[in-house]
Amino acid sequence: MIGEAAIRAGCRFYAGYPITPQNELTEYMARSMDNIEDGTFVQAESEIAAINMVIGASMAGARAMTSSSSPGISLKQEGISFLAAQELPAVIVNTMRGGPGLGNIAPSQGDYFQATRGGGHGDYRTIVLAPDSGQELADLTRTAFEYADKYRSPVLMLADGMMGQMMEPVVFPEPIDVSLLPHKPWTLGGAEGRPSRIILSLLLNPAKQEELNWKLERKYETITREIPKAEKYMTDDAHLAVIAYGTAARIAKGAVKRVREMGLKVGLFRPITLWPYPKNDLRDLSRHIRDFLVFEMNTGQMVEDVKLSLEGKSNVHFYGRPGGTISTPDEIAKMINTLYHRQNLEEE
Amino acid sequence: MKKVFQRPRYLKKAVFHYCPGCGHSIIHRLIAEVIEELNIGEKTIGVPPAGCAVLAYDYLDVDMGEAPHGRGAAVATGLKRVLPDHIIFSYQGDGDIAAIGTAETIHAANRGENISVFFINNACYGMTGGQMAPTTLLGQESTTTPGGRRKDRDAAPIDLSEMLAIARGSVYIERTTVNSPKSIRKTKKAITKSFKIQMAGLGFSLIEILSPCPVNWKMAPVEAARWIDDEMIKTFPLKVIKDTAGKID
Ligand SMILES: Cc1ncc(C[n+]2csc(CCOP(=O)(O)OP(=O)(O)O)c2C)c(N)n1
Ligand code: SF4
Ligand SMILES: [Mg+2]
Repeated sequence: MIGEAAIRAGCRFYAGYPITPQNELTEYMARSMDNIEDGTFVQAESEIAAINMVIGASMAGARAMTSSSSPGISLKQEGISFLAAQELPAVIVNTMRGGPGLGNIAPSQGDYFQATRGGGHGDYRTIVLAPDSGQELADLTRTAFEYADKYRSPVLMLADGMMGQMMEPVVFPEPIDVSLLPHKPWTLGGAEGRPSRIILSLLLNPAKQEELNWKLERKYETITREIPKAEKYMTDDAHLAVIAYGTAARIAKGAVKRVREMGLKVGLFRPITLWPYPKNDLRDLSRHIRDFLVFEMNTGQMVEDVKLSLEGKSNVHFYGRPGGTISTPDEIAKMINTLYHRQNLEEE
Repeated sequence: MKKVFQRPRYLKKAVFHYCPGCGHSIIHRLIAEVIEELNIGEKTIGVPPAGCAVLAYDYLDVDMGEAPHGRGAAVATGLKRVLPDHIIFSYQGDGDIAAIGTAETIHAANRGENISVFFINNACYGMTGGQMAPTTLLGQESTTTPGGRRKDRDAAPIDLSEMLAIARGSVYIERTTVNSPKSIRKTKKAITKSFKIQMAGLGFSLIEILSPCPVNWKMAPVEAARWIDDEMIKTFPLKVIKDTAGKID
């Protein structure tokens, strides 16, 4: 799904290294790039090599992508930091699996901190998109390439093994005409008829480094103003809202439907951008919702962003299952029910 | 009056920051001269390393894109695949290419990536202050081989170029040096051949250049130049290690 969407979004360079549960994507790119005249697929010798090939392809102006799963994403972090510093667009897909270490190949959300806090070294941010369905995988892949080019920044798609294996009907966006994409005036392409260009990140002079850091920071402020996105589901009259993203949000949605049938006024807040976090939307909700239940497939990572957003104005509760275990909607519905009554929230 | 010596077109008007007697400045100049002579300056992209030559982009007046330490061959691969008609080279130190970036280099060679790699072997980590490189000679002093490099503790030096010659995709690999006018001319020829191979689309080529680092070798420049002849070439003999390209013009 991501593969087809990426190609339709004008991705012309893909490098990857096998790791479960995301081999379907690598294999799809291998098949598809062969049929695209200016398309390149490289099975790299490692995730490190793959991200560095993407750096080169991006310097040359191509829409470029790499994908992996948790351990492989760890290996890519130096490269992602370079992409941020050199202001190079690229799309990186992380199909998260259970960890730390080799962990397992079951769906997990254990990489939230790594994704949203930078992951690599240095003062930088990565745009993080979290789809929850096949359709959104397709749509957000397009968005990812657009943001990458617009903000000259790496964009991370945070999915999990559940989505990786999902079979759902999807309407793909129409393919774009790559030749119509806006010209990138900063790429390397040989200094024909212009002064030579350098793309670098070494800034030995601390004043120059500081200048870059503030320049990046201003960009991140713009991004924080322009792109935060969340879905609100049945939150208008809710007394309690579950906060979840990705696969966890799908499970939570099922639970919300169930407890609604029981007469509990519960909604779902689903962040779609994890960085920047949709703080303002969440804060708006806290005007009429006093209790939030954060549900994650980890031991509690996003809960920090929720607390930061709410600034102590609401009660934040947490429920999570790490390690690749998957909760059922019933399990979450039970949690909601208990919490709802414990907090003495009124029923219909 | 006829000008017989001038700044090559593709060398910027900047003063090299390299130490006196350092090989990097000579090699930069040779690359700039060859780019001019082959008339490829407007389509050449260089990939500088993390190492003393990271600032190569301050001197070479072509498009340059900096790679993370050791990943020159991978970055060059990305550039070349997107811009197959351009001339792509990576410039890498011995630590960069033969330690941290070994995998990227071997696989780029094996894939036959149509790029030129300049491997500057100065038998030490210059930039970080003279630690042992994979190419440091047995017995050679460095800050991490006090008393000299010992095989039992530190391993023997690595013959990366010979290993790359085994790779099926490599076309031309030569080891040269820049410690005398004659060897400098020879190195220039090798650089020229490497670019010509790329222009002809033949595949991966690499020139390993033994290069003096007087500062970390704790020698005067002249002494360092002599040390290459007296010691270094015993471990790293100057020769064409592989050439399946044959004669090309
Ligand atoms: C990931 C990473 N590890 C370590 C370094 C530090 N470092 C910078 S250059 C260098 C080695 C330089 O030695 P070499 O490649 O031989 O180049 P030289 O300076 O000798 O020309 C090292 C270890 C780095 N920049 N990045
Ligand atoms: S430390 Fe060695 S390699 Fe680095 S600039 Fe000085 S002489 Fe050259
Ligand atoms: Mg060195």
